[in-house]
Formats: sequence, structure tokens, C-alpha cells
Amino acid sequence: MAATPFAVAGGAARKRATRRVLPGFNLTLGFTLLYLGLIVLLPLSALVLKTLTLTWAQFWAAVASARVLAAYQLTFGASLIAALVNAVAGLLVAWVLVRYRFPGKKIIDALVDLPFALPTAVAGIALTALLADNGWVGQVLAPHGIQLAFNRNGVVIALIFIGLPFVVRTVQPVLEDTEKELEEAATCLGASRWQTFRYVIFPSIAPALLTGFAMAFARAIGEYGSVIFIAGNMPMVSEITPLIIIGKLEQYDYAGATAVAVVMLGFSFVLLLVINALQALQRRRSGGAP
Amino acid sequence: MTLKKTLTLSLLGIALSASQLVAAQTVLLNASYDVAREFYKDYNSAFVAHYKKTTGKDIRIDQAHGGSSAQARAVNDGLDADVVTMNTTTDIEFLATSGVVAKDWSRRFPGNASPTSSTMLFLVRHGNPKNIKDWDDLVKPGVQVIVVNPKTGGNGRMAYLAAWGSVRKKGGSDAQAAEFVAKLYKNVPVLAKGGRDATTIFLQRNIGDVLVTFESEVVSVDREFGAGKVDAVHPSSSIVAENPVAVVERTVAKKGTTEQARAYLDYLYSDEAQEIAAKHALRPRSPAILKKYASTFKPIQLFTVNEYFGSLSEAQKVHFNDGGQFDKLYTVK
Repeated sequence: MAATPFAVAGGAARKRATRRVLPGFNLTLGFTLLYLGLIVLLPLSALVLKTLTLTWAQFWAAVASARVLAAYQLTFGASLIAALVNAVAGLLVAWVLVRYRFPGKKIIDALVDLPFALPTAVAGIALTALLADNGWVGQVLAPHGIQLAFNRNGVVIALIFIGLPFVVRTVQPVLEDTEKELEEAATCLGASRWQTFRYVIFPSIAPALLTGFAMAFARAIGEYGSVIFIAGNMPMVSEITPLIIIGKLEQYDYAGATAVAVVMLGFSFVLLLVINALQALQRRRSGGAP
Repeated sequence: MTLKKTLTLSLLGIALSASQLVAAQTVLLNASYDVAREFYKDYNSAFVAHYKKTTGKDIRIDQAHGGSSAQARAVNDGLDADVVTMNTTTDIEFLATSGVVAKDWSRRFPGNASPTSSTMLFLVRHGNPKNIKDWDDLVKPGVQVIVVNPKTGGNGRMAYLAAWGSVRKKGGSDAQAAEFVAKLYKNVPVLAKGGRDATTIFLQRNIGDVLVTFESEVVSVDREFGAGKVDAVHPSSSIVAENPVAVVERTVAKKGTTEQARAYLDYLYSDEAQEIAAKHALRPRSPAILKKYASTFKPIQLFTVNEYFGSLSEAQKVHFNDGGQFDKLYTVK
């Protein structure tokens, strides 16, 4: 008796579901567009509008002077290296956190998120204190001629620090979901450890790893607070692009600053698109599983 | 019923007295630069007492601090500050161009509207092991100089202009000055982001032999790091760095606080305020008080920005804007 109305309602819902994926699709799409428009597109279009006040020649002078070009190179190069390092190290951390049990695991797990929570300036100052020639780490390395603070090395280290949680937190849940039985089956079928990793585990976590990499990379490109204290900020050598933007604002060159920002955004957008495309490709190859 | 009435009445009473309180107390907002925090804390309590005594009215001063030009941008973009008190004239000049402060702001108060000033000095390691006495010693091989990046800090712009002007003061040409400054920046291993960052790099990271910074910073170094870690060196000549002030016309017109804002800035020129400034190592405008604190403010030959650069805005254009003289030091080999 009581079950009948439920069954009817369920059937109706299923019928609707075949036509539209989500209930109230129009409403949710409308909300999504409005929200994205307000939060993301509005500020970005203001950025572009301000840039449009420049003539083509002014724009070019602002975004393509030697100092600015050197800064793009450093920002994108260091961000790429940092994201690559994080992809490898973050995968390891996630693996250990998912697959092993050890005392203090919860604490280690929580530690991973610290770079998210820490004000970036604090991170920068702490890293500098550690790595400068008189710091705990720096004084050991300095006699061997290794300097990690106040040069490009410092930039990469700061970016590795802030990017780590992105990789760990994207890979971790996927690793948790992969079935251990698959690995056991691979071993039973005579796969070596490397083969199991290469052909069984890696394909299932690769999309997540790529996402984590992309997020760490994107975050690193925009990072200012932590890098600024450790970079040394020498023109042509260790100036990051966000510093160039601040420099332009200091001379009240709003349009010049937004112009550089627009170029950075354009670059980042293209790079993220490429990474997304790679991800889609990877998914198709592995049979569209996750 | 009666309970409700009493409640309403008492609520009304509270609301009325609250609004009266608000009406009786004027609040001024002073947008100022970072390191002026301590000075204005002391000055504000002195001014509030003075204002109560002379007018019988209460006044409250709120402070907003940040990088000097970041503050100027905030005021330009709508921060309702009644007064701006900066450490570079270009920041107020910017507000004058956009019509937020009066065009003739620098003539509205005595001495270029600058009640206090500072100058650039050297800080060296205790005992001065590299024997640094004057500007020429900064370009010697093996001497490392810590300065602020002129692109990101007023402190750095003043250090650059002081170095340039020191050559001119000795009778050198602009070409010789350019050569000197180029040599000096070859000795700079790290360009700090701002004044405090430079101090940290020099004192906590132990990098460099000499730090070029504001005189007012020297006192805070002794206070924060303990006296005796570093020595102050007064070069033979240096630059006058004015700390200009202005009323924000846009805000006071809206809030009706013109008089209070003027009174607030006028009082900066009083003997009491000038003494407070001297205690915070800001050079007072008043000659008598400057003399009284002669042990802090050792007399050195001072030159103004206008003497060699026309004006600070002019210097900004020629030296610090993109493609200017400073960029050439690093991009032209």
C-alpha cells in the first residue's frame, strides 16, 4: 500500500532523468552562469577593459620589455619545475598516506594542508630564515657553495612549498578508491612491481595527478607573498611577474599592470586548456573509467 | 501592555543617546604609511587632548596604515580618509592629479606641507669592519650594499636619488652620477621589497656590509634588535626626504570635517607634535627642536630633490618609470 506512491514517483523521476541529467537543469545552469559571471568573469572583464585603454604600442611596451620578458620566463619556468617536483613528491606522499598505517599518520595527514592555511608571507619569511646563509639549512650548504635563498632556487623552493597540497589532495581520494584486488590480480598474472604500477595503478590515477599538477602550476604562477621574501628581486634575474605588476602599480601605471596581468592570464588559460585536453586524451585511452 | 511601553521607551532612549554620542564625537581617518604607526599613535593622543582643551569637543582619530603608494591608491579608489600623511610627495601628487586633494596642496601647509622630514643614512656592522665612511666607499669592490628596489618602495627611490645627488653635490655632472649609481647597484646582491624587508635582510639574514635606509629606521633598528649590533654612519651629504600631508577634499566635503582635518594637520607643526616626531627620529621642521635633539640628528649637508631632479614626479619619470634610468642599469649591458 505505502510502497505504491513511491514507486510511481520514482518511475516519473527516472523518466525525467532520461531527458535531463539534473532536476531543475535550467535553474542550476542559470545559477552557475550567474555565479561564475559575478565571481570570475566580472573582475576579469574589468581587467581587460582597463587594458583596452592602452594603444597597441603602449600595450606592447608594457608587456614585452626586456625586464618583463625575463620575469615571464622565471615565473613560468619556476612554476613548471615546482609543479613537476610536486607531482612526483605529492604522489609519494599520497601513496604513503593511503597505503600504509603508522603512528602519527593523522598528524602527517593534517600537516599536508598547512601550506594552504599559512599566510604566504609567513611561509616566505620562514623559508628565507631557514635557507639564508646564516639559517639552519643555509649554513650547512653555504660552505659547499650551494645557495638556496635570494636567487632563482629560492623561487622554486617557495613554489614547491605552496603547491604540495594540491597534488596530494587530488590524488589521495582516487588512490583510496582504486581496488587493491586489481594489483593482486596483476601480481598473480605475473606482472612485476613496475608493470603493476605502470599498467594498473598509474592509468587510474593519472587524470587526478594531472589535475593536481595543473592546480599546483596555476597556483604557482600567481604566487606573490611567499616568493617575494626569498627571491632577491634582482631585475632580469629573479623578478617574478607579480612583482612586475606591483612595480607598475607603484608608479600608478594601472593600465600597464593590467596589461601584464592579461598576458599572464592568457598564457595560464592556454596552458590549463592543454592540460585539460591531455586529461581527456588520457581518459579516452584508459577506457573512460573514472 | 505597560511592560511593552516601558520597553519601547527605554529602547528609544538608548537609540537616542547612542545617536547623540555619535553626533558629539567626530571621527577622522588618517591614511598613512607603514612605519609611521608608532609616531601617529603618540601624536593622536596628544591631538585628542589638545582638541578637547581648545574646543571642548571630543574627537577620535582612526588610523589606516600600509605601503605609502598602496594607501594613495586606496584613497583614490574610494577609501574615505579625511587626511593623508605620506612619505613621498609623488603619492599626494597622484591624488592631486585625480582631484581627490587640492591641486595646490603643497602650499596649504608650511614647508611644502611637510611637518617632518627624514634623510638617508648608512647602517654598518658593529665596529664598521669595512671602514665605510661616505658614498664613495659603497662602490668599492667587495662591499655589499643592501637597498630597497626603487620599483617597489619609496625608501629605495630615496636611496637611489641620494646616491645620485651626492655626486652632484660634489660638483659632478649627471653623467658622472649615472656612472656612480651604476657601480653602486653592481654591489647590490639583493633588492629588498620595502624598508622593513631590507632591515630584516641586513640584520637577520646577515647579508651585506651596509644598509642604506631612512634615518627614522635607524632608531627602530636599535629598539628592535638591541643597540650595538650596528652603527649608524652619516655620509658627508644626503637627501631631504619630506613627509607631506594633505586634507582629502573629497571626504571632508562629504563628511563636513574640513575644520577638524585642518586642525589635525596644523597641530603637527606645534612644538609638542614636533617633539613627538623628534622622539620617533623624524626630523622636525622647527629649528629650535631640531637643535634640541642635535645628538640624534647629526648635522650633515642636505640637498633637496628639487635641487637636482626638478621635482620628485620629474625624478620618477626620468629614473624609475619603466624604461627609465634605473631599468637601464640592468637591461643595457
